Amino acid sequence: MLRHRQLPVHSLQSSIIIIIVISPRTADTSSLGLLIGIIITTMVVYAVLILNKAGGLIYQRDFNPGLQKLSSNDYLILAGTFHGVHAITSQISPTNETSSSGLEVLESENFVMRCFQTLTGTKFLIFAEPRQQNLDVVVRRVYELYADYVMKNPFYQIEMPIRSEGFDRHLTSYIKPHQ
Amino acid sequence: MSSTSRARLGEEVWKLRTDKINAELVTLTYGSVVAQLCKDLDGDYAEVNKQLDKMGYNIGLRLIEDFLAKSNMQQKCANFRDTADVISKVGFKMFLNITPTIANWSSDNKQFSLLFDENPLADFVELPDDGKAQSELWYSNMLCGVIRGALEMVQMSVDAHFVSDVLRGNDTTEMRINLIRYIEDEMPQDDE
Repeated sequence: MLRHRQLPVHSLQSSIIIIIVISPRTADTSSLGLLIGIIITTMVVYAVLILNKAGGLIYQRDFNPGLQKLSSNDYLILAGTFHGVHAITSQISPTNETSSSGLEVLESENFVMRCFQTLTGTKFLIFAEPRQQNLDVVVRRVYELYADYVMKNPFYQIEMPIRSEGFDRHLTSYIKPHQ
Repeated sequence: MSSTSRARLGEEVWKLRTDKINAELVTLTYGSVVAQLCKDLDGDYAEVNKQLDKMGYNIGLRLIEDFLAKSNMQQKCANFRDTADVISKVGFKMFLNITPTIANWSSDNKQFSLLFDENPLADFVELPDDGKAQSELWYSNMLCGVIRGALEMVQMSVDAHFVSDVLRGNDTTEMRINLIRYIEDEMPQDDE
């Protein structure tokens, strides 16, 4: 297990994220080994959507301009449609594997979408700029925030729309740390 | 994922990714919940067991997400034996820092026992001497509910119950887990 420490540095539209990776094995001993990987990336995430296991939209939030605004009903339709498409894609795997993860990435000229389905059936959709890298890292982090600030809130009703200030706040500070 | 790498995963999550709190606080909090239930329900221990299981179930429904997010498990378990291994080596390790022993598999691989050598919930506990508690109360019954709720969220319907407890004077603390079925359709679950 690696520990990531992210230090975002804002420069114009793009930011430079320096990830310092500390190996726990070497960290325990006196010879501290530091591996510094520098990944230059643009952190422009347009929107985050969360779908419950029945395909209902339980969270939708725009972070950067770039996506068309939809009515709340259209967002629900989008979520339901995606849920269906995802179910189909997980059934039509061309390999011999009995189960497939289904649709994970959708790329187009103007955006990239990353879908992550947890083992419980909840789906996280992230829409970002096509250049955006490491979306799988972003989506894992969003899942952790969801596990912490949504699921651990004893008054949150499972499968219902998320109205959590703490989740909003932490999500915003993760996705737009420099604003 | 092999059994030893699961043990390592559990160890790593426990060491690096889990916030720790004082164990006594947990023990005392759990103890006061059970004691209060016994009082409120007038020593109806069957009902106490049921309420503890229900509370655990609601915890399990939520805890599973934390478990999946922190352990970074993305592969479904291939079979129920794998599931048992993950519960013991990763699940119990990261939340309670214990690794119960898996034993007594049934021949169809659908039932197994977890043997608790140590149980952080039951430190300092002596069951009341009213002639009933020793034979009726399952003090740590919340754990059964947690497992039931958590597995239900990952499409497994199970029954979990204690069959022995050192608090009752038994030699071991043993929980029996029985796979009822895999849930095929993904319907939303009701919160109890």
